[in-house]
Amino acid sequence: MANQTNTGNPHVDLAYRRKKNAEEMKHQVISFVLMIALTLIAFFAVGYNEFSHWFSVPFILLLAIVQVAFQLYYFMHMSHKGHELPSLFIYGGVLVAFVTVWAFMTVVWW
Amino acid sequence: MSTVARKKSLIWDYLTTVDHKKIAILYLIAGGFFFLVGGLEALFIRIQLAKPNNDFLVGGLYNQVLTMHGTTMIFFAAMPLVFAMMNAVVPIQIGARDVAFPFLNALGFWLFFFGGVFLNCSWFLGGAPDAGWTSYASLSLESPGHGIDFYVLGLQISGFGTLIGGINFLVTIINMRAPGMTYMRMPMFTWATFVTSALILFAFPPLTVGLIFMMMDRLFGGNFYHPAAGGNTIIWEHLFWIFGHPEVYILVLPAFGIFSEIFATFSRKRLFGYSSMVFATVLIGFLGFMVWAHHMFTVGMGPIANAIFAVATMAIAVPTGIKIFNWLFTMWGGNIRFTTPMMYAVAFIPSFVMGGVTGVMNAAAAADYQYHDSYFVVAHFHYVIVGGVVFALLAGAHYWWPKMFGKMLNETLGKITFWLFFIGFHLTFFIQHFLGLMGMPRRVFTYLPGQGFETGNMISTVGAFFMAAATIVLLINVIVTSVKGQKAEADAWGDGRTLEWAVASPPPEYNFAQTPLVRGLDAYWIEKMEGKKGLTPAEPLGDIHMPNSSILPFVISLGLFIAAFGFMYRTEASWGLAVGIIGLLITLGSMFLRSVIDDHGFHIHKEEVLEAEKGVKA
Repeated sequence: MANQTNTGNPHVDLAYRRKKNAEEMKHQVISFVLMIALTLIAFFAVGYNEFSHWFSVPFILLLAIVQVAFQLYYFMHMSHKGHELPSLFIYGGVLVAFVTVWAFMTVVWW
Repeated sequence: MSTVARKKSLIWDYLTTVDHKKIAILYLIAGGFFFLVGGLEALFIRIQLAKPNNDFLVGGLYNQVLTMHGTTMIFFAAMPLVFAMMNAVVPIQIGARDVAFPFLNALGFWLFFFGGVFLNCSWFLGGAPDAGWTSYASLSLESPGHGIDFYVLGLQISGFGTLIGGINFLVTIINMRAPGMTYMRMPMFTWATFVTSALILFAFPPLTVGLIFMMMDRLFGGNFYHPAAGGNTIIWEHLFWIFGHPEVYILVLPAFGIFSEIFATFSRKRLFGYSSMVFATVLIGFLGFMVWAHHMFTVGMGPIANAIFAVATMAIAVPTGIKIFNWLFTMWGGNIRFTTPMMYAVAFIPSFVMGGVTGVMNAAAAADYQYHDSYFVVAHFHYVIVGGVVFALLAGAHYWWPKMFGKMLNETLGKITFWLFFIGFHLTFFIQHFLGLMGMPRRVFTYLPGQGFETGNMISTVGAFFMAAATIVLLINVIVTSVKGQKAEADAWGDGRTLEWAVASPPPEYNFAQTPLVRGLDAYWIEKMEGKKGLTPAEPLGDIHMPNSSILPFVISLGLFIAAFGFMYRTEASWGLAVGIIGLLITLGSMFLRSVIDDHGFHIHKEEVLEAEKGVKA
């Protein structure tokens, strides 16, 4: 989607697209490294005996959320133009799921 | 490939078709068949209840007929008929040549079809499910025999189909609109389909989860719902209604869409308050997820939960009210023609409003303790589902029949159908409000004399026969019309506003020879008002790329159908496991074939398109 041009000729703005792709690649590598780091931290948090479950479980859930965001925005290009509707549906689904779980936790069962 | 080479037998053509118009006809036939089956079951229920102490259908058999009536009508009649309308109309309304994924469209149909056939096989294989259409776990886990297994597996197979269909329409509407067809120029039925598909996307997964838990408990020794083993039967109720409440909006939003088209067409006016209609549709869809627990007020969630869900439920009356007033204002000052579809539309307003009012009554949690599990509830949901959805499906069938089949349904017979159905409907269900308030419980197969229930039940049964008579007249109408009906023109009603009325009846395989340019809401009406004969094209005439037919959707679904039998009899028959695995192999094998076979489709050449279009214009 990022490479859409108004001309039918793909060579016109080759230089621009080169630069754009290089930048893109840099982001991908950085987020890839970060994700590996996050995974290692998660393993450490579970394996390290000094942390109680009350810390490590919410902590790795938080890491998971960060990883999902990386996955969607950097690897699956949701930060690019033309992804408004997928975002709408993802956030709509998250909202509905959140309200449902929230209702269970507050008024239905406890 | 030329047109001649593509000719094949009718049955093979329909088994392999990926054309949305033919899939619409398949949905209409299959959904219509299940509608007749469910209607027959309804008649049996009413015959049993016609007089006190009746012995027409006793005990367990009554429970089976009652369960199958509800399950069939919701999942295998209303849902496919809604899909029939969507398939027949939506791609043409947005100026597309087909849905986004024609292969998946066929797969969705065949999964639904085999799921329905599987469920109904239970009648011949030891008894149908008997725990009500809601199949609450406390009942269904204790149900002997395989009835509930048929329910669980049949609904899973057809649920895949529905989910596939919903996603397909979402992608179609987002990606395949003709140039100029912005979101706020989409016809109301397309909008309804869009929101409905989003609801399907979010509502069916909870059902799938619930059904898989149930399957584990019943067939594979699980204990999600077994209280004795640490499970909880209430989990099923929540999962079922988190799906079940959006499900009623999945049914009724397309109904609203159909009526919006009909009101505008036969009032010869633009739909009043179009943008508020869109807003109301989206809001109803959203709020539909926030109210599931109002089906469970008496479960014991406590006063806070009941109060919150009661208020949320009542809030839905606001967008619904917006819609009702918009329809009334559409008619106001319009040049109204009382055709058959318009009569259903006009009758829908008071009927549906009554269902809505009893809905708000049920939403008052304290009062609901009185209504719960009584005939008042039965009356309420039949008023919204028959008075809303079934009226809309009948209206839509009459309205779009010429577009789907190229022949007008007979108007006189259509009006006879309408009056019989309308009178029968109110006769059957109005009195049930009072039976419920007098204390008649639902789902119980008989009652004693001297409780004051005799007259009311007899009236209700008579009404059911009126509806049966209406259905027979409709079938006669269909047969007479197909034999010697009057040929329909492109703009069959003369007042068409949306794009489907600009193409021939029935439309050519490729829908539009040239993709149209949409210049506003009610695109075809705009062109007609400017004195033009057809649509403004958005592209030059050229070769048209079409998808190839395929038998694979049928085979994939057949494999799951076979697998379901195998796994159901796994523990008691030596062949069970083997058949289950063979079924899965058929499904996975045909999915593999679909992945490896390169299928580029074919082209209809420009000359053939010109030839076909000449035939239409002449």
